[in-house]
Amino acid sequence: MKVKKILAMAISMVMCAAMFAGCGDTEGGSDNGGKSAKSGTKDNGGADNDGGEDEGGDTGAADDGELITVGIINNDPNESGYRTANDKDLKATFCEENGFKADFYYSLKNDEQITAAQKFIQDEVDYLLLSAADTAGWDTVLQDAQDAGVRVILFDRTIDADESLYEASIVSDMAKEGQTAVDWLKGQGLSDYKIIHLQGVMGSAAQKGRSQALTDTAASDGWEIVEEQTAEWNAEKAQQIVQSVIDSGKDFNVIYAENDDMAKGAVAALDKANISHGVGKDVIVMGFDCNQWALKELLDGNWNYDGQCNPFQSSYIKDIIDKLENDETLSEKTIIMDEKGFDATTITQEDVDNYGI
Amino acid sequence: MQKDSLLEMRGIYKTFPGVKALQNVDFTLKEGEIHALMGENGAGKSTLIKVLTGVHVKDGGEIFVRGRENAVHINSPKQAQALGISTVYQEISLCPNLSVAENIFLARGKGIGVNWRNMNKRADELLKELGINVRGSQQLASCSIAVQQMVAIARAVDMECQVLILDEPTSSLDESEVAKLFVLMRKLKERGVGIIFVTHFLDQVYEVCDKITVLRDGKLVGEYEIEKLPRLQLVSKMLGKELDDMADIKNDSPTFKKNDEKPVYEGEGLCSSEGISPFDFKIHKGEINGFTGLLGSGRSECVRTIFGADKVTGGSVKIDGEPVKITKPRQAMKYGIAYLPEDRKRDGIVGDLSVKDNIILALQIKTGFFRPISKAKALEYANKYIDLLDIKTASVNTPIKSLSGGNQQKVILARWLLTEPKYLILDEPTRGIDVGTKVDIQKLMLKLASEGMSVTFISSETDEMLRTCSRLLVMRDRKLVGELTGDQLNQNTIMATIAGGDTNGEK
Amino acid sequence: MAKNNAQPQKAGIAGLFRHQIMIPIAALLLLVLFNLIADPSFFKITLGNNSDGNPVLSGYLITIIDSGSELAILALGMTLVTAASGGQDISVGAGIAIAGSVLLRVLCGTETSPETLHAPVIVAFLVSCLVAMLFGAFNGSLVAFFKIQPMIATLILFTAGRSIAAWINNNQLPNVNERSFSYYGTYIPGIPIPTPFFIALACFLVTWLLLRFTTLGLYVQSVGINEKTSRLNGLNPELIKLLTYILLGLCVAIAALIKVSRLSTINYSVIAKDIEMDAILAVALGGNALGGGKFSMSSSVLGAYVIQFLTTTLYKFQVKADALPAYKAVVVIILVVMSAPAVREKFSILIKKLRSDKTAAQNS
Repeated sequence: MKVKKILAMAISMVMCAAMFAGCGDTEGGSDNGGKSAKSGTKDNGGADNDGGEDEGGDTGAADDGELITVGIINNDPNESGYRTANDKDLKATFCEENGFKADFYYSLKNDEQITAAQKFIQDEVDYLLLSAADTAGWDTVLQDAQDAGVRVILFDRTIDADESLYEASIVSDMAKEGQTAVDWLKGQGLSDYKIIHLQGVMGSAAQKGRSQALTDTAASDGWEIVEEQTAEWNAEKAQQIVQSVIDSGKDFNVIYAENDDMAKGAVAALDKANISHGVGKDVIVMGFDCNQWALKELLDGNWNYDGQCNPFQSSYIKDIIDKLENDETLSEKTIIMDEKGFDATTITQEDVDNYGI
Repeated sequence: MQKDSLLEMRGIYKTFPGVKALQNVDFTLKEGEIHALMGENGAGKSTLIKVLTGVHVKDGGEIFVRGRENAVHINSPKQAQALGISTVYQEISLCPNLSVAENIFLARGKGIGVNWRNMNKRADELLKELGINVRGSQQLASCSIAVQQMVAIARAVDMECQVLILDEPTSSLDESEVAKLFVLMRKLKERGVGIIFVTHFLDQVYEVCDKITVLRDGKLVGEYEIEKLPRLQLVSKMLGKELDDMADIKNDSPTFKKNDEKPVYEGEGLCSSEGISPFDFKIHKGEINGFTGLLGSGRSECVRTIFGADKVTGGSVKIDGEPVKITKPRQAMKYGIAYLPEDRKRDGIVGDLSVKDNIILALQIKTGFFRPISKAKALEYANKYIDLLDIKTASVNTPIKSLSGGNQQKVILARWLLTEPKYLILDEPTRGIDVGTKVDIQKLMLKLASEGMSVTFISSETDEMLRTCSRLLVMRDRKLVGELTGDQLNQNTIMATIAGGDTNGEK
Repeated sequence: MAKNNAQPQKAGIAGLFRHQIMIPIAALLLLVLFNLIADPSFFKITLGNNSDGNPVLSGYLITIIDSGSELAILALGMTLVTAASGGQDISVGAGIAIAGSVLLRVLCGTETSPETLHAPVIVAFLVSCLVAMLFGAFNGSLVAFFKIQPMIATLILFTAGRSIAAWINNNQLPNVNERSFSYYGTYIPGIPIPTPFFIALACFLVTWLLLRFTTLGLYVQSVGINEKTSRLNGLNPELIKLLTYILLGLCVAIAALIKVSRLSTINYSVIAKDIEMDAILAVALGGNALGGGKFSMSSSVLGAYVIQFLTTTLYKFQVKADALPAYKAVVVIILVVMSAPAVREKFSILIKKLRSDKTAAQNS
């Protein structure tokens, strides 16, 4: 009995340890930049470097040699390949070699993000970088930030708040992404359009923008929407939805999936039913986000179109911070990133390597 | 109402469906008196207490409380408190995560605001006055059980109670803690508080109480001054046997001829986490012996220790002369020991399972994980014992919980007989079942013993044990205090031994 | 002997057949009836070829037995856990993410899209089974030895599991190019019935054999109904509970294999999302008491397929996917209300009354 109890205890402790290692590492991943940079500062500076860092954080000053403190609130990097790439990009830019001390916080929930923002404001970070989970509910906390002298830069997602509350907003124009894609589709000149529309999580900016373009054009050009369903960015759900359409025996010739994962799920269902897809085949497959594997599908001619959603905002953000630190004024509040759409007939291996995330 | 009375209950009646719990019971508590309320299980003690504290509403009778002209009606615990009647239960009903002071003053503030410093100060004063060695700011959970109990009493005292009910307060305390509690009780007595003390421990009653009221079967037996009621008489009144009558009972208890064989089971210095003093015990092949004593005397704990049902904390065991280790039921079962527990519902039946599954359960566990008993075999076993023990059930697949108590008991008995034990322990197998079944079970025991099985039997009914056992071990206050055989096996000696103290029963 | 070697609670199941399994059957019949009236083509099954030229059956019914398989497998383990510990494991979705991640880690090494597999699928599967069972043991020991409520205990992995899964693959989303890996989640060439169904069937058979040739069923029920009695009859309740969680871990690993194989890749944050709720619902729909005790495996499995039937039906009628939980909530409400003692009592009183009225009418 005793032995078993001890054994059980040991097992659960090992598991605990494993779990903390797990958690630790995902979090550890977040300050990888910090870690690698720490050795860097040790090379450059003296033994009192740590103290210097802390003071920098407290005073909020950004004198020469002091690190600029940045609080970054992002969505969970596991959410999608886009987010993983985005997170990686941010970590690479906001490291100590580049003169930053960054703290990361991840959540897919708006209220948790707001709490984290309040904490960053209390810590008196110099800059608060924010990719909000939801567009609403940010006014108060941004006002607090302004009062505390914390400068806010939005990236990737916009919010419903007064423009004066943040310095700049670096976003993808989802509506434009959608329009580019729909224009491309229009250019295919099909005799009739029968579309399965797989939507992302309803209410998200990407879903709204990408859906709007299609809905508008379908209405004006008389395209038929065979099925419009949210698969919540989820490949499995997309597969089930497309499967359901196939089972019902309805005709369709376009899959308009608002991200690559859902396009992939849809294609799995098509393969099962022996419905050909891709360049010159029965069904046109469209995706978004430009995952590397998705672009490869384009290259192989299995898919037809992939719209880019540029996750590399960090260079834009860094430019803005540099300008603000030099007391320059910004020419515009909202900066829209360059985004492309790839066509399977014109894509090259170079594109896959350069733009794949 | 008499002048020095705090509380008078007159002709109290209380009936539950099928049970007359209280019939015409009187109870009087005087100022500055510690009054023991005694009786075996089911005598009506707790019902009386619950009527007094408003948990149950009486069906008939009158209650008078000092300070009220007319008879009062107590319909809720809150009303009882308002009348100055407070209760401290065996299980502490305070909040362990609050401080002592908070617990004392909890939910009694008149306004909304609380003056914390003042509250702690007042608590400290009160605790000092009562001689309770604890600070008001301390967290309750960090205090010992005894102190927690005293804090509960302090809370009652501060609510200006005139009647304090202590329901089994000492059962989880050690001796020095009990002594401290008694000091506190005497202090309250000096203040004029009347205390109703419910306990199973005779020694404690004679140490601290002034009066005793005895109940039996829901009826009042009588109220006695402590000096005028020797222990032996108290026990006889509680059990309802007149001493002289008992001497008349023909002593037909079976005599067991000791053979030279080694005992089937022999334990030395056994003790368990349930706080019984270490005891020695042995039983021979074909012998029936029993543990006797009042409820709570530790007789069940003894057999649980033998079976390994509680955590065994010491002692050595020999089976057929070979030293073995028994710390859990599985091991006991391996050596052919079977145990029918006292609390059938909690420890005996597997309510939702069928009669058949309940019968084969122990045997199946003995047989092992990879050797399930076949459906046909299980059915055969079940039917055999349903016939043998005359179990009344709709079918073998009826869930056991829908059977009557006596039939449930038989199913559990069948379960253990099926394992063909060498040594069978029966803890209160006859409680709550009809007379016919009781006799059946006793007959069965004698038959099994004649076939060579060893049996240990516990019953609250002494004559059942006298009829069957050839040796009785007597327990008092969790100690083994005597062993009776042969001529000693009669009601008088048993009661004298149970009572102990001023009698010659102890050896 | 072998012929008669029936499992002990067989008769119990026969008894239950009259009551318990009727709940999922009634639900199933209701759905079938609804579809028959609304659109009989729901039941059409056609034989065609997939894009590899292999024959496959298609139709809504095939979709149901295909997509419901993971759920059915999880329901097996969840039923045991529920029966023994009187609570549910809410970390199975996260567990699938972990097991799937381990599977891909072993198959792909550190590459995101390797040309050749680094290990045979069977090795990767066994490793993922081991890991999933370890995590099951972690949950189980929290429940059994530390007496933490199952839902609370498994909340730990529910919260942390997907992060652990991402960590195992260093946040990469590996892709398996090997064709044969997809057989487990799709079709084996030449066999027109989806493989997941066969896997689920095999799991059910193994469980059935386990219950028939061991005393697991009796032990689990006994522990679930009365732990104290079980201990006094020589069982070790902690060990039994631990065992059920480890078995559930195994089910999780099998479900993970299917899930990952379906698309040959993984997405840690959405794979098997909310499947724990469906698995619990399957157990409840099977008429098993969520407070532990008696159980019926076949009812749970049927319950799982009924839930998939419901999901597929709703998809067919183009109910928004994010509204599905609301429909399932309705099912939960009905189940909970129907099984509440108060309602049952009223119901039986009503029946009695109807009967007495009838006899009274006959008498007059």
